[in-house]
Amino acid sequence: MDVLIDNASAILDGFWLTIRLLVVNSVGALVLGTLMASLRLSPVPVMRAVAAVYITVFRNTPLLVLIVITYFGLPELGITPGFFTRISIAMSIYTSTFIAEALRSGVNAVPLGQAEAARSIGMPFTMTLTQVVLPQAVRATVPPMASVLIALTKNTSLAAGFGLAEATYRLKGLVNDYASDRWVIFFGIALGYIVIVEVISFGAARLERRWRVA
Amino acid sequence: MSTSVLFDAPGPRARRRHRLLGVVTLVLALAVLALAVLRLQDRGQLTGAKWEVFVTPAYVQVLLEGLLDTLKAAVGAILLALVFGLVFGVGKLSANRLVRWVSWTVVEFFRAVPLLMLIVFVWTVWSETIGSLWSLIIGLALYNGAVLAEVFRAGIQAVPKGQSEAAMAIGLRPGQTMRIVLLPQGIKIMLPSIVSQFIVALKDTSLGYVILAPGLTYAGKLIWGEFDNRLATGLVLAAIYIVANGLLSLVVTWLQRRLGGKPLEIVPAQMQSQAEAR
Repeated sequence: MDVLIDNASAILDGFWLTIRLLVVNSVGALVLGTLMASLRLSPVPVMRAVAAVYITVFRNTPLLVLIVITYFGLPELGITPGFFTRISIAMSIYTSTFIAEALRSGVNAVPLGQAEAARSIGMPFTMTLTQVVLPQAVRATVPPMASVLIALTKNTSLAAGFGLAEATYRLKGLVNDYASDRWVIFFGIALGYIVIVEVISFGAARLERRWRVA
Repeated sequence: MSTSVLFDAPGPRARRRHRLLGVVTLVLALAVLALAVLRLQDRGQLTGAKWEVFVTPAYVQVLLEGLLDTLKAAVGAILLALVFGLVFGVGKLSANRLVRWVSWTVVEFFRAVPLLMLIVFVWTVWSETIGSLWSLIIGLALYNGAVLAEVFRAGIQAVPKGQSEAAMAIGLRPGQTMRIVLLPQGIKIMLPSIVSQFIVALKDTSLGYVILAPGLTYAGKLIWGEFDNRLATGLVLAAIYIVANGLLSLVVTWLQRRLGGKPLEIVPAQMQSQAEAR
Protein backbone atom coordinates (compact mmCIF):
# COMPACT_ATOMS: atom_id res chain seq x y z
CA MET A 1 0.00 0.00 0.00
CA ASP A 2 2.88 2.33 0.81
CA VAL A 3 3.81 2.67 -2.85
CA LEU A 4 0.43 4.14 -3.61
CA ILE A 5 0.58 6.59 -0.72
CA ASP A 6 4.19 7.59 -1.45
CA ASN A 7 3.34 8.25 -5.07
CA ALA A 8 -0.14 9.61 -4.48
CA SER A 9 0.62 12.96 -6.06
CA ALA A 10 2.01 11.40 -9.26
CA ILE A 11 -0.97 9.04 -9.52
CA LEU A 12 -3.51 11.76 -8.82
CA ASP A 13 -1.83 14.04 -11.35
CA GLY A 14 -2.16 11.19 -13.81
CA PHE A 15 -5.86 10.78 -13.13
CA TRP A 16 -6.40 14.52 -13.29
CA LEU A 17 -5.04 14.43 -16.83
CA THR A 18 -7.22 11.39 -17.59
CA ILE A 19 -10.27 13.30 -16.39
CA ARG A 20 -9.32 16.37 -18.40
CA LEU A 21 -8.97 14.23 -21.51
CA LEU A 22 -12.33 12.64 -20.71
CA VAL A 23 -14.15 15.95 -20.27
CA VAL A 24 -12.60 17.75 -23.25
CA ASN A 25 -13.23 14.81 -25.56
CA SER A 26 -16.76 14.19 -24.28
CA VAL A 27 -17.65 17.76 -25.19
CA GLY A 28 -15.83 17.62 -28.53
CA ALA A 29 -17.39 14.27 -29.41
CA LEU A 30 -20.85 15.42 -28.35
CA VAL A 31 -20.70 18.49 -30.58
CA LEU A 32 -19.34 16.60 -33.59
CA GLY A 33 -21.53 13.58 -32.90
CA THR A 34 -24.72 15.64 -32.66
CA LEU A 35 -23.87 17.39 -35.91
CA MET A 36 -23.28 14.06 -37.64
CA ALA A 37 -26.41 12.51 -36.14
CA SER A 38 -28.54 15.38 -37.41
CA LEU A 39 -27.01 14.97 -40.87
CA ARG A 40 -27.56 11.21 -40.64
CA LEU A 41 -31.23 11.71 -39.78
CA SER A 42 -31.88 14.53 -42.21
CA PRO A 43 -34.44 14.21 -45.01
CA VAL A 44 -31.78 15.21 -47.57
CA PRO A 45 -30.16 12.10 -49.10
CA VAL A 46 -26.79 13.80 -49.73
CA MET A 47 -26.51 14.85 -46.08
CA ARG A 48 -27.25 11.31 -44.98
CA ALA A 49 -24.59 9.98 -47.33
CA VAL A 50 -21.94 12.43 -46.11
CA ALA A 51 -22.61 11.48 -42.48
CA ALA A 52 -22.60 7.77 -43.35
CA VAL A 53 -19.19 8.08 -44.99
CA TYR A 54 -17.81 10.03 -42.02
CA ILE A 55 -19.11 7.46 -39.56
CA THR A 56 -17.91 4.41 -41.51
CA VAL A 57 -14.45 5.84 -42.13
CA PHE A 58 -13.66 7.06 -38.63
CA ARG A 59 -15.36 4.24 -36.82
CA ASN A 60 -13.41 1.56 -38.66
CA THR A 61 -10.05 3.24 -38.22
CA PRO A 62 -8.40 2.22 -34.94
CA LEU A 63 -8.13 5.16 -32.56
CA LEU A 64 -4.40 4.57 -32.33
CA VAL A 65 -3.99 5.03 -36.09
CA LEU A 66 -6.12 8.19 -35.96
CA ILE A 67 -3.86 9.54 -33.23
CA VAL A 68 -0.79 8.66 -35.32
CA ILE A 69 -2.31 10.70 -38.16
CA THR A 70 -3.09 13.79 -36.08
CA TYR A 71 -0.10 13.52 -33.75
CA PHE A 72 2.57 13.11 -36.43
CA GLY A 73 0.61 14.23 -39.46
CA LEU A 74 -0.64 17.69 -38.43
CA PRO A 75 2.90 19.02 -37.79
CA GLU A 76 3.89 17.76 -41.24
CA LEU A 77 1.12 19.97 -42.59
CA GLY A 78 2.48 22.92 -40.65
CA ILE A 79 -0.30 22.78 -38.03
CA THR A 80 1.38 22.53 -34.64
CA PRO A 81 -0.89 22.60 -31.60
CA GLY A 82 0.33 20.88 -28.41
CA PHE A 83 0.28 17.12 -27.64
CA PHE A 84 -2.98 17.38 -25.75
CA THR A 85 -4.82 19.10 -28.59
CA ARG A 86 -3.43 16.84 -31.30
CA ILE A 87 -4.43 13.71 -29.40
CA SER A 88 -7.82 15.18 -28.52
CA ILE A 89 -8.66 15.93 -32.14
CA ALA A 90 -8.31 12.25 -33.02
CA MET A 91 -10.09 11.09 -29.86
CA SER A 92 -13.06 13.46 -30.35
CA ILE A 93 -13.51 12.48 -33.99
CA TYR A 94 -13.32 8.77 -33.17
CA THR A 95 -15.76 9.05 -30.25
CA SER A 96 -18.16 11.27 -32.20
CA THR A 97 -18.98 8.39 -34.55
CA PHE A 98 -20.22 6.33 -31.61
CA ILE A 99 -22.16 9.29 -30.20
CA ALA A 100 -23.81 9.80 -33.59
CA GLU A 101 -24.86 6.16 -33.71
CA ALA A 102 -26.16 6.31 -30.13
CA LEU A 103 -28.28 9.37 -30.94
CA ARG A 104 -29.55 7.82 -34.13
CA SER A 105 -30.56 4.61 -32.38
CA GLY A 106 -32.35 6.75 -29.79
CA VAL A 107 -34.45 8.52 -32.40
CA ASN A 108 -35.11 5.28 -34.23
CA ALA A 109 -36.33 3.73 -30.99
CA VAL A 110 -39.34 6.06 -31.02
CA PRO A 111 -42.22 4.22 -32.68
CA LEU A 112 -43.45 5.74 -35.93
CA GLY A 113 -46.99 5.80 -34.55
CA GLN A 114 -46.00 8.47 -32.01
CA ALA A 115 -45.19 11.01 -34.69
CA GLU A 116 -48.19 9.99 -36.76
CA ALA A 117 -50.47 10.40 -33.76
CA ALA A 118 -48.98 13.82 -33.02
CA ARG A 119 -49.59 14.95 -36.60
CA SER A 120 -53.06 13.54 -36.73
CA ILE A 121 -54.14 15.62 -33.73
CA GLY A 122 -52.84 18.64 -35.62
CA MET A 123 -49.48 19.30 -33.98
CA PRO A 124 -47.17 21.31 -36.24
CA PHE A 125 -43.69 20.02 -37.09
CA THR A 126 -41.70 21.77 -34.33
CA MET A 127 -44.20 20.75 -31.69
CA THR A 128 -44.16 17.12 -32.85
CA LEU A 129 -40.40 17.17 -32.61
CA THR A 130 -39.98 18.97 -29.27
CA GLN A 131 -43.02 17.62 -27.42
CA VAL A 132 -43.29 14.07 -28.69
CA VAL A 133 -40.30 12.67 -30.52
CA LEU A 134 -37.21 14.17 -28.87
CA PRO A 135 -38.22 13.65 -25.22
CA GLN A 136 -38.66 9.94 -25.90
CA ALA A 137 -35.52 9.74 -28.02
CA VAL A 138 -33.35 11.33 -25.33
CA ARG A 139 -34.50 8.78 -22.80
CA ALA A 140 -33.67 5.90 -25.11
CA THR A 141 -30.23 7.41 -25.67
CA VAL A 142 -29.06 7.25 -22.06
CA PRO A 143 -27.72 3.65 -21.89
CA PRO A 144 -25.81 3.70 -25.21
CA MET A 145 -24.45 7.16 -24.37
CA ALA A 146 -23.15 5.87 -21.04
CA SER A 147 -21.44 3.00 -22.86
CA VAL A 148 -19.76 5.48 -25.20
CA LEU A 149 -18.48 7.62 -22.32
CA ILE A 150 -17.18 4.55 -20.49
CA ALA A 151 -15.36 3.43 -23.63
CA LEU A 152 -13.92 6.95 -23.94
CA THR A 153 -12.67 6.81 -20.34
CA LYS A 154 -10.74 3.68 -21.19
CA ASN A 155 -9.58 5.05 -24.53
CA THR A 156 -7.95 8.07 -22.89
CA SER A 157 -5.24 5.61 -21.85
CA LEU A 158 -3.99 5.65 -25.45
CA ALA A 159 -2.53 9.07 -24.78
CA ALA A 160 0.11 7.23 -22.71
CA GLY A 161 1.62 5.92 -25.94
CA PHE A 162 2.15 9.51 -27.11
CA GLY A 163 3.91 11.01 -24.13
CA LEU A 164 0.98 12.36 -22.10
CA ALA A 165 1.55 11.43 -18.45
CA GLU A 166 -1.98 10.28 -17.62
CA ALA A 167 -2.86 7.35 -15.36
CA THR A 168 -1.68 4.48 -17.59
CA TYR A 169 1.58 6.29 -18.27
CA ARG A 170 2.10 6.58 -14.51
CA LEU A 171 1.40 2.87 -14.13
CA LYS A 172 4.14 2.05 -16.60
CA GLY A 173 6.66 4.25 -14.78
CA LEU A 174 5.76 3.03 -11.30
CA VAL A 175 5.79 -0.66 -12.27
CA ASN A 176 9.32 -0.19 -13.59
CA ASP A 177 10.47 1.68 -10.48
CA TYR A 178 8.82 -0.53 -7.85
CA ALA A 179 9.00 -4.01 -9.35
CA SER A 180 8.15 -5.79 -6.09
CA ASP A 181 4.96 -3.82 -5.55
CA ARG A 182 3.65 -4.07 -9.09
CA TRP A 183 0.40 -5.84 -8.22
CA VAL A 184 -0.47 -3.19 -5.67
CA ILE A 185 0.20 -0.51 -8.28
CA PHE A 186 -1.82 -2.38 -10.88
CA PHE A 187 -4.88 -2.78 -8.68
CA GLY A 188 -4.53 0.74 -7.29
CA ILE A 189 -4.61 2.35 -10.72
CA ALA A 190 -7.26 -0.08 -11.93
CA LEU A 191 -9.39 1.04 -8.99
CA GLY A 192 -9.06 4.65 -10.12
CA TYR A 193 -10.45 3.77 -13.55
CA ILE A 194 -13.19 1.64 -12.01
CA VAL A 195 -14.28 4.59 -9.87
CA ILE A 196 -14.61 6.83 -12.95
CA VAL A 197 -16.52 4.14 -14.86
CA GLU A 198 -18.84 3.49 -11.92
CA VAL A 199 -19.57 7.20 -11.52
CA ILE A 200 -20.62 7.37 -15.17
CA SER A 201 -22.81 4.28 -15.05
CA PHE A 202 -24.30 5.32 -11.72
CA GLY A 203 -25.13 8.75 -13.12
CA ALA A 204 -26.70 7.16 -16.19
CA ALA A 205 -28.76 4.79 -14.07
CA ARG A 206 -29.99 7.73 -11.99
CA LEU A 207 -30.92 9.69 -15.10
CA GLU A 208 -32.72 6.73 -16.55
CA ARG A 209 -34.75 6.21 -13.40
CA ARG A 210 -35.50 9.91 -13.08
CA TRP A 211 -36.65 10.31 -16.66
CA ARG A 212 -38.66 7.15 -16.71
CA VAL A 213 -42.28 7.66 -17.62
CA ALA A 214 -44.43 6.05 -14.97
CA MET B 1 -46.42 7.48 -46.35
CA SER B 2 -43.51 8.49 -44.18
CA THR B 3 -40.56 6.34 -43.17
CA SER B 4 -39.11 8.63 -40.49
CA VAL B 5 -40.55 9.66 -37.13
CA LEU B 6 -39.01 13.05 -37.67
CA PHE B 7 -40.54 14.16 -40.95
CA ASP B 8 -43.59 14.04 -43.13
CA ALA B 9 -43.22 12.83 -46.67
CA PRO B 10 -41.88 15.88 -48.55
CA GLY B 11 -44.12 17.78 -50.91
CA PRO B 12 -42.94 19.41 -54.16
CA ARG B 13 -41.56 22.54 -52.46
CA ALA B 14 -39.75 20.55 -49.76
CA ARG B 15 -38.29 18.31 -52.44
CA ARG B 16 -36.90 21.33 -54.27
CA ARG B 17 -35.42 22.65 -51.02
CA HIS B 18 -33.87 19.26 -50.30
CA ARG B 19 -32.28 19.15 -53.71
CA LEU B 20 -30.76 22.58 -53.11
CA LEU B 21 -29.50 21.61 -49.65
CA GLY B 22 -28.08 18.43 -51.13
CA VAL B 23 -26.06 20.38 -53.67
CA VAL B 24 -24.82 22.79 -50.99
CA THR B 25 -23.74 19.92 -48.74
CA LEU B 26 -21.99 18.18 -51.58
CA VAL B 27 -20.12 21.36 -52.52
CA LEU B 28 -19.11 21.94 -48.88
CA ALA B 29 -17.88 18.36 -48.47
CA LEU B 30 -15.89 18.53 -51.69
CA ALA B 31 -14.46 21.91 -50.66
CA VAL B 32 -13.20 20.44 -47.38
CA LEU B 33 -11.60 17.55 -49.27
CA ALA B 34 -10.07 19.90 -51.83
CA LEU B 35 -8.64 22.10 -49.07
CA ALA B 36 -7.05 19.06 -47.45
CA VAL B 37 -5.53 17.92 -50.74
CA LEU B 38 -4.24 21.44 -51.49
CA ARG B 39 -2.65 21.63 -48.07
CA LEU B 40 -1.00 18.24 -48.63
CA GLN B 41 0.26 19.47 -51.99
CA ASP B 42 1.59 22.73 -50.50
CA ARG B 43 3.51 20.92 -47.81
CA GLY B 44 5.10 18.51 -50.26
CA GLN B 45 3.15 15.53 -48.89
CA LEU B 46 2.03 14.32 -52.30
CA THR B 47 5.51 13.70 -53.70
CA GLY B 48 6.55 10.29 -54.94
CA ALA B 49 9.16 9.99 -52.20
CA LYS B 50 6.44 9.86 -49.55
CA TRP B 51 4.18 7.37 -51.30
CA GLU B 52 6.42 5.26 -53.52
CA VAL B 53 7.15 2.90 -50.64
CA PHE B 54 3.62 1.59 -50.71
CA VAL B 55 4.00 0.20 -54.23
CA THR B 56 7.55 -1.09 -53.71
CA PRO B 57 7.23 -4.89 -53.45
CA ALA B 58 9.74 -5.26 -50.59
CA TYR B 59 7.82 -2.82 -48.41
CA VAL B 60 4.42 -4.04 -49.46
CA GLN B 61 5.64 -7.33 -48.12
CA VAL B 62 6.60 -5.70 -44.81
CA LEU B 63 3.03 -4.37 -44.57
CA LEU B 64 1.51 -7.71 -45.55
CA GLU B 65 3.58 -9.52 -42.95
CA GLY B 66 2.44 -6.92 -40.45
CA LEU B 67 -1.17 -7.56 -41.48
CA LEU B 68 -0.61 -11.29 -41.05
CA ASP B 69 0.78 -10.78 -37.53
CA THR B 70 -2.16 -8.53 -36.73
CA LEU B 71 -4.61 -11.17 -37.95
CA LYS B 72 -2.76 -13.84 -35.97
CA ALA B 73 -2.93 -11.72 -32.83
CA ALA B 74 -6.63 -11.01 -33.35
CA VAL B 75 -7.52 -14.67 -34.05
CA GLY B 76 -5.41 -15.92 -31.13
CA ALA B 77 -6.94 -13.34 -28.82
CA ILE B 78 -10.51 -14.16 -29.87
CA LEU B 79 -9.97 -17.91 -29.46
CA LEU B 80 -8.61 -17.44 -25.94
CA ALA B 81 -11.36 -14.89 -25.26
CA LEU B 82 -14.02 -17.42 -26.31
CA VAL B 83 -12.74 -19.87 -23.70
CA PHE B 84 -12.54 -17.13 -21.07
CA GLY B 85 -15.98 -15.85 -22.01
CA LEU B 86 -17.57 -19.28 -21.99
CA VAL B 87 -16.19 -20.09 -18.54
CA PHE B 88 -17.20 -16.83 -16.90
CA GLY B 89 -20.37 -16.27 -18.90
CA VAL B 90 -21.70 -19.66 -17.83
CA GLY B 91 -20.24 -18.96 -14.38
CA LYS B 92 -22.41 -15.87 -14.09
CA LEU B 93 -25.48 -18.08 -14.56
CA SER B 94 -24.31 -20.77 -12.14
CA ALA B 95 -26.63 -21.97 -9.40
CA ASN B 96 -23.74 -21.62 -6.94
CA ARG B 97 -23.64 -18.15 -5.42
CA LEU B 98 -19.86 -18.14 -4.91
CA VAL B 99 -19.18 -19.09 -8.54
CA ARG B 100 -21.63 -16.44 -9.68
CA TRP B 101 -20.02 -13.78 -7.53
CA VAL B 102 -16.45 -14.62 -8.59
CA SER B 103 -17.44 -14.64 -12.27
CA TRP B 104 -19.21 -11.32 -11.90
CA THR B 105 -16.17 -9.70 -10.25
CA VAL B 106 -13.71 -11.02 -12.83
CA VAL B 107 -15.89 -9.95 -15.76
CA GLU B 108 -16.67 -6.50 -14.38
CA PHE B 109 -13.01 -5.90 -13.51
CA PHE B 110 -11.70 -6.63 -16.98
CA ARG B 111 -14.51 -4.67 -18.61
CA ALA B 112 -13.88 -1.56 -16.54
CA VAL B 113 -10.09 -1.44 -16.89
CA PRO B 114 -8.49 0.12 -19.98
CA LEU B 115 -7.21 -2.48 -22.43
CA LEU B 116 -3.97 -0.60 -22.96
CA MET B 117 -3.31 -0.70 -19.23
CA LEU B 118 -3.73 -4.50 -19.21
CA ILE B 119 -1.44 -4.87 -22.19
CA VAL B 120 1.23 -2.58 -20.75
CA PHE B 121 1.10 -4.36 -17.40
CA VAL B 122 1.34 -7.87 -18.88
CA TRP B 123 4.18 -6.64 -21.04
CA THR B 124 6.23 -5.01 -18.27
CA VAL B 125 5.84 -8.05 -16.01
CA TRP B 126 6.18 -10.99 -18.40
CA SER B 127 7.62 -9.72 -21.65
CA GLU B 128 10.97 -11.50 -21.08
CA THR B 129 9.31 -14.89 -20.92
CA ILE B 130 6.45 -14.54 -23.40
CA GLY B 131 7.52 -11.74 -25.75
CA SER B 132 5.57 -8.71 -26.88
CA LEU B 133 3.19 -10.47 -29.30
CA TRP B 134 1.88 -12.75 -26.57
CA SER B 135 1.63 -9.84 -24.13
CA LEU B 136 -0.66 -8.20 -26.67
CA ILE B 137 -2.66 -11.41 -27.23
CA ILE B 138 -3.13 -12.04 -23.51
CA GLY B 139 -4.20 -8.46 -22.83
CA LEU B 140 -6.67 -8.61 -25.72
CA ALA B 141 -7.95 -12.01 -24.61
CA LEU B 142 -8.66 -10.82 -21.05
CA TYR B 143 -10.60 -7.76 -22.19
CA ASN B 144 -12.48 -9.36 -25.06
CA GLY B 145 -13.10 -12.45 -22.93
CA ALA B 146 -14.87 -10.27 -20.36
CA VAL B 147 -17.04 -8.73 -23.09
CA LEU B 148 -17.76 -12.16 -24.60
CA ALA B 149 -18.73 -13.46 -21.15
CA GLU B 150 -21.55 -10.92 -21.25
CA VAL B 151 -22.42 -12.02 -24.79
CA PHE B 152 -22.58 -15.64 -23.67
CA ARG B 153 -24.71 -14.75 -20.67
CA ALA B 154 -27.11 -12.66 -22.73
CA GLY B 155 -27.18 -15.29 -25.50
CA ILE B 156 -28.00 -18.12 -23.14
CA GLN B 157 -30.66 -16.07 -21.41
CA ALA B 158 -32.19 -15.24 -24.77
CA VAL B 159 -33.04 -18.90 -25.32
CA PRO B 160 -36.74 -19.29 -24.46
CA LYS B 161 -37.26 -20.37 -20.87
CA GLY B 162 -39.39 -23.35 -21.90
CA GLN B 163 -36.26 -24.99 -23.32
CA SER B 164 -34.43 -25.23 -20.00
CA GLU B 165 -37.64 -26.13 -18.19
CA ALA B 166 -38.29 -28.93 -20.65
CA ALA B 167 -34.70 -30.14 -20.28
CA MET B 168 -35.05 -30.24 -16.49
CA ALA B 169 -38.40 -31.97 -16.79
CA ILE B 170 -36.96 -34.87 -18.75
CA GLY B 171 -34.29 -35.21 -16.05
CA LEU B 172 -31.19 -33.55 -17.51
CA ARG B 173 -28.75 -32.19 -14.95
CA PRO B 174 -27.98 -28.42 -15.04
CA GLY B 175 -24.61 -29.05 -16.75
CA GLN B 176 -26.28 -31.22 -19.39
CA THR B 177 -29.03 -28.66 -19.90
CA MET B 178 -26.39 -26.04 -20.59
CA ARG B 179 -24.31 -28.25 -22.88
CA ILE B 180 -27.00 -30.07 -24.84
CA VAL B 181 -29.91 -27.65 -24.89
CA LEU B 182 -29.00 -24.04 -24.13
CA LEU B 183 -25.53 -23.52 -25.63
CA PRO B 184 -26.23 -24.95 -29.09
CA GLN B 185 -29.27 -22.69 -29.44
CA GLY B 186 -27.58 -19.73 -27.78
CA ILE B 187 -24.58 -19.86 -30.14
CA LYS B 188 -26.87 -19.05 -33.04
CA ILE B 189 -28.00 -15.89 -31.26
CA MET B 190 -24.46 -14.98 -30.22
CA LEU B 191 -22.66 -15.47 -33.51
CA PRO B 192 -23.13 -11.95 -34.93
CA SER B 193 -22.00 -10.42 -31.63
CA ILE B 194 -18.95 -12.68 -31.55
CA VAL B 195 -17.90 -11.61 -35.05
CA SER B 196 -18.51 -7.95 -34.09
CA GLN B 197 -16.22 -8.48 -31.14
CA PHE B 198 -13.62 -9.88 -33.52
CA ILE B 199 -13.73 -6.56 -35.39
CA VAL B 200 -13.16 -4.74 -32.11
CA ALA B 201 -10.22 -7.03 -31.34
CA LEU B 202 -8.79 -6.49 -34.81
CA LYS B 203 -8.90 -2.72 -34.29
CA ASP B 204 -7.38 -3.07 -30.85
CA THR B 205 -4.40 -5.05 -32.12
CA SER B 206 -3.14 -1.62 -33.21
CA LEU B 207 -2.31 -1.05 -29.52
CA GLY B 208 0.64 -3.37 -30.06
CA TYR B 209 2.35 -0.21 -31.30
CA VAL B 210 2.85 0.94 -27.70
CA ILE B 211 4.70 -2.23 -26.65
CA LEU B 212 6.38 -2.73 -30.06
CA ALA B 213 4.54 -5.96 -30.78
CA PRO B 214 4.77 -7.11 -34.41
CA GLY B 215 1.73 -6.10 -36.45
CA LEU B 216 0.43 -3.50 -38.88
CA THR B 217 1.14 -0.44 -36.75
CA TYR B 218 4.65 -1.66 -35.98
CA ALA B 219 5.29 -2.29 -39.67
CA GLY B 220 4.09 1.27 -40.25
CA LYS B 221 6.53 2.54 -37.66
CA LEU B 222 9.39 0.74 -39.42
CA ILE B 223 8.40 2.31 -42.73
CA TRP B 224 8.06 5.88 -41.49
CA GLY B 225 11.30 5.49 -39.57
CA GLU B 226 13.02 4.92 -42.87
CA PHE B 227 11.14 7.27 -45.19
CA ASP B 228 9.99 10.01 -42.81
CA ASN B 229 6.42 9.82 -44.14
CA ARG B 230 4.33 9.50 -40.99
CA LEU B 231 1.21 11.10 -42.43
CA ALA B 232 1.24 8.98 -45.58
CA THR B 233 1.86 5.82 -43.57
CA GLY B 234 -0.90 6.69 -41.13
CA LEU B 235 -3.37 7.16 -43.99
CA VAL B 236 -2.36 3.85 -45.59
CA LEU B 237 -2.73 2.00 -42.27
CA ALA B 238 -6.16 3.56 -41.80
CA ALA B 239 -7.18 2.45 -45.31
CA ILE B 240 -6.08 -1.13 -44.64
CA TYR B 241 -8.03 -1.28 -41.38
CA ILE B 242 -11.12 0.29 -42.96
CA VAL B 243 -11.17 -2.31 -45.75
CA ALA B 244 -10.55 -5.23 -43.38
CA ASN B 245 -13.25 -4.08 -40.94
CA GLY B 246 -15.65 -3.30 -43.75
CA LEU B 247 -15.35 -6.85 -45.06
CA LEU B 248 -15.93 -8.27 -41.57
CA SER B 249 -18.95 -5.99 -41.06
CA LEU B 250 -20.45 -7.48 -44.21
CA VAL B 251 -20.01 -10.92 -42.62
CA VAL B 252 -21.88 -9.68 -39.53
CA THR B 253 -24.81 -8.37 -41.58
CA TRP B 254 -24.89 -11.58 -43.58
CA LEU B 255 -24.89 -13.68 -40.39
CA GLN B 256 -27.64 -11.56 -38.89
CA ARG B 257 -29.80 -11.90 -41.95
CA ARG B 258 -29.08 -15.61 -42.20
CA LEU B 259 -29.66 -16.43 -38.54
CA GLY B 260 -32.37 -13.84 -38.01
CA GLY B 261 -32.70 -11.79 -34.87
CA LYS B 262 -31.02 -8.60 -33.79
CA PRO B 263 -27.71 -7.93 -32.05
CA LEU B 264 -27.57 -8.63 -28.33
CA GLU B 265 -27.74 -5.59 -26.14
CA ILE B 266 -24.89 -5.27 -23.70
CA VAL B 267 -25.53 -2.49 -21.18
CA PRO B 268 -23.33 -1.22 -18.34
CA ALA B 269 -23.60 -3.23 -15.13
CA GLN B 270 -25.55 -0.61 -13.19
CA MET B 271 -28.37 -0.65 -15.66
CA GLN B 272 -28.62 -4.39 -16.07
CA SER B 273 -31.22 -4.96 -13.43
CA GLN B 274 -33.44 -2.38 -15.03
CA ALA B 275 -32.82 -3.61 -18.54
CA GLU B 276 -33.87 -7.06 -17.41
CA ALA B 277 -36.87 -5.74 -15.57
CA ARG B 278 -38.13 -4.03 -18.66
